Amino acid sequence: MRPASAEEAAELLRTLGEEGRPLRPRGGGTKDWGPAVEGAAVVETGRLDRILEHNVGDFTAVLEAGVPLAQAQAEFEKHGQMLAIDPALNGDATVGGVMATNDSGPLRHRYGSMRDLVVGTTVALSDGTLARSGGKVIKNVAGYDLGKLFCGSFGTLGLIVRVAVRLHPLPPGTASAVGASDDAERLGAAARGLAAHPLEADSLDLDWRDGLGRLLVRFGSAAAGDQAAATVTRMRELGLADCAVVEDDDELWMAQRVHQRGDCVLKVSGRATDLAAACRTGASVVGRPALGLYWLSLAPDPAAVAAARAALAPRACTLLDAPAELRADAWAMPDPGALAVMARVKERFDPARIFRPGTFVGGI
Amino acid sequence: MSTAHETSHADEPAPLAEAPPRDLSPLVAQLRALVGEEWAYTQEHQLRTYESDGLLQYSALPAIAVLPGSADQVQACVKACAEAGVPWVARGSGSGLSGGALPVADGVLIVTSRMKRVLEVDLANQRVCVEPGVTNVAVSSAVAPEFFYPPDPSSQIVCSIGGNVAENSGGAHCFKYGFTTNYVCGLEVVLPDGELAVLGGRELDAPGYDLLGAFVGSEGTLGIATKIWLRVLPAPETVKTLVAFFDSTHAAGEAVSAIVQSGVVPGAIEMMDRTAIEASEQMAHAGYPVGRGAALLVELDGAERECEARFDEVVAICERCGSDDVRVARDEAERELFWKTRKAAFPAMGRMSPNYFVQDGVIPRTKLPEVLEAIDALAQEYGMIVANVFHAGDGNLHPLVCFDGRNEGEAERAEELSGRILDACLEAGGSITGEHGVGVDKKRHMPKMFGEPDLDAFQRLRCSFDPAGLANPGKVMPTPRLCGEVPGEYRQHPLEAAGLAERF
Repeated sequence: MRPASAEEAAELLRTLGEEGRPLRPRGGGTKDWGPAVEGAAVVETGRLDRILEHNVGDFTAVLEAGVPLAQAQAEFEKHGQMLAIDPALNGDATVGGVMATNDSGPLRHRYGSMRDLVVGTTVALSDGTLARSGGKVIKNVAGYDLGKLFCGSFGTLGLIVRVAVRLHPLPPGTASAVGASDDAERLGAAARGLAAHPLEADSLDLDWRDGLGRLLVRFGSAAAGDQAAATVTRMRELGLADCAVVEDDDELWMAQRVHQRGDCVLKVSGRATDLAAACRTGASVVGRPALGLYWLSLAPDPAAVAAARAALAPRACTLLDAPAELRADAWAMPDPGALAVMARVKERFDPARIFRPGTFVGGI
Repeated sequence: MSTAHETSHADEPAPLAEAPPRDLSPLVAQLRALVGEEWAYTQEHQLRTYESDGLLQYSALPAIAVLPGSADQVQACVKACAEAGVPWVARGSGSGLSGGALPVADGVLIVTSRMKRVLEVDLANQRVCVEPGVTNVAVSSAVAPEFFYPPDPSSQIVCSIGGNVAENSGGAHCFKYGFTTNYVCGLEVVLPDGELAVLGGRELDAPGYDLLGAFVGSEGTLGIATKIWLRVLPAPETVKTLVAFFDSTHAAGEAVSAIVQSGVVPGAIEMMDRTAIEASEQMAHAGYPVGRGAALLVELDGAERECEARFDEVVAICERCGSDDVRVARDEAERELFWKTRKAAFPAMGRMSPNYFVQDGVIPRTKLPEVLEAIDALAQEYGMIVANVFHAGDGNLHPLVCFDGRNEGEAERAEELSGRILDACLEAGGSITGEHGVGVDKKRHMPKMFGEPDLDAFQRLRCSFDPAGLANPGKVMPTPRLCGEVPGEYRQHPLEAAGLAERF
């Protein structure tokens, strides 16, 4: 099912709602995350693929949810702008899909995730309601911020059909500083030391594999090379080895993005101080240490996942990429008080209970 | 009957809060016992302190104002209200500018001003945990000098973090740094049914729906925050500030566009028009040239080298856009003087005009010149003075509509003019509020921005948190609404039975 407009999508959902037919929204089909739903209809956003507005002077854009992120970026790039979100893009990941899964990449360090970039949203609900919130200006507090509610809702509340976003200038140049250590504690302390300085870095990442780790800091500015050089000095002071400036750094960061995906990836909502613990699980780790977020690549077997979760408890761990049998248990448990509200949110926004029913946290 | 006094809007239905008179004395006694005699106010002279927030044209007396000293006490108070079915309003420092903390007449007011503890400072993880009554500026103080808390509303010395959370407060530096919602990572809240919930947490990306994102900016209608985790940032290496004077706001507006287009992201870009310059100069004595059409304050902060390079670029752009008078702050004292002058604009207008309304519209930045012209035309049409002060980077306008309330009908005309300025903002593709909130003041403008299905979706969220409609009723939504039972069969709400509200 491929609606071609927001109105068509709403009509389709009304019909499915009346029939009580479960569905799952699908964008580019690049992220098979969360438990599967038996016999669900697939509602694709592939024909909701128009860039409705690119207001160059205002640094904003309005996109239909099915626009591939890469295509949107190419359009913005023509005008020296970007949507500051850079998850691994295998294939045609869409703007709506990135938003629904709360996916992100190294730029999150500076610019936040989709929740911080979306300024307006239109959603279609299972009773055929088409509802808009926010607007298309970068500052606005009128009405409730439903955009955030739909960020990371994994297609369980409604269908995101249209998104207004804030854009940022493309950096005039980039350069990175890299430093290594095989001591996870030292890497952790160095990461915190770097994060405590007003570097104004675009990204600050951890790359840990096979018992060896690196910190990578990327600058995107006219003075990027100088900033990277100064950071190399700081990295040495913090006890890192093999410190160097990398001028031509695209590949370095592409690798970070790619390593965030895998056969079995557990995302950890943690703290800066959890870096060493994440590395000690034995997994390969991509981390945004200043944000406390880590992506662990594990062997795709239940024991490995359970062991990593136990080692990092009580941090919330979400299973992203994984074989279907493991994804049945993808989520961490929310706070009980919050979960009760979430259940009521689900009831009200998806009254027909057809959006991936039973697949979200606590069986919502 | 209620003692609420609101500027009259004849077309507006009675607020949901105006429930039939009832005997609240058992609840009042219960609340008094919960918080202690000295922290429960019921005398009219005590309650007068709380009858309005920063927006004085609305006032109402609650039956009781309580000042709980702990989260447990807040929870107990909310639970008591829930059991009694009595509406309540949360209030921080009362500096809000949309009537968001206006009490419900004969309801309960829960004031967080005693809850002022900084609970935890964890600089290794760049987190601070505070109680809701802590002031905005106290958060930055708690982590200074290495770190700072970016959202900085003009009222930061008095306004509370709890209020900032409710309003999603902005400030002069949010063009670069974002708003309160970008810095709150967790909340402990008391829900309107008296249950406790933790939304988000100290860590990012808590499992489940982003209720945290929905709660921040919900204007006290979804519950009351009792504990707040905030993200702080390392303080910038350097700050450079300039003020450039232009012949017109049009020219200054073009400079703003050119600066942003060039890829510079200033910490702040603030503009004042002729009237605002004149008023501020009389108060701040910064040596500003009275009579010039516009002053543009630009502040860059960040890494030393990057700042230097970008600053020269900004100076060049200002000159290219027609400024023949660019003043660079030579030291911290001069920078403070620039800011003092900018922040003096509001109080200074109070000296020039007996009364004024502060508007809070937003427009796409590129529409600045035409909207300013539209505001000028409106001011002339109404024969009133409108001074313009605004956060130019994010298109957030604060026109000050001056009037003399002693003259019959002038307040009403000023309010009408103020409303038409919002219409101009909406026509330009903007919003009715950038940082002050909808509250009670702007709810009647909501239908101009949102259609019925949109408002219905807002109501779904509200009902998920507050099915009984007891938390800050009569705010945000343009008409009173009740929550239907979902799913399941229809049951009549007591207020509906009394003919006081319709079901939507």
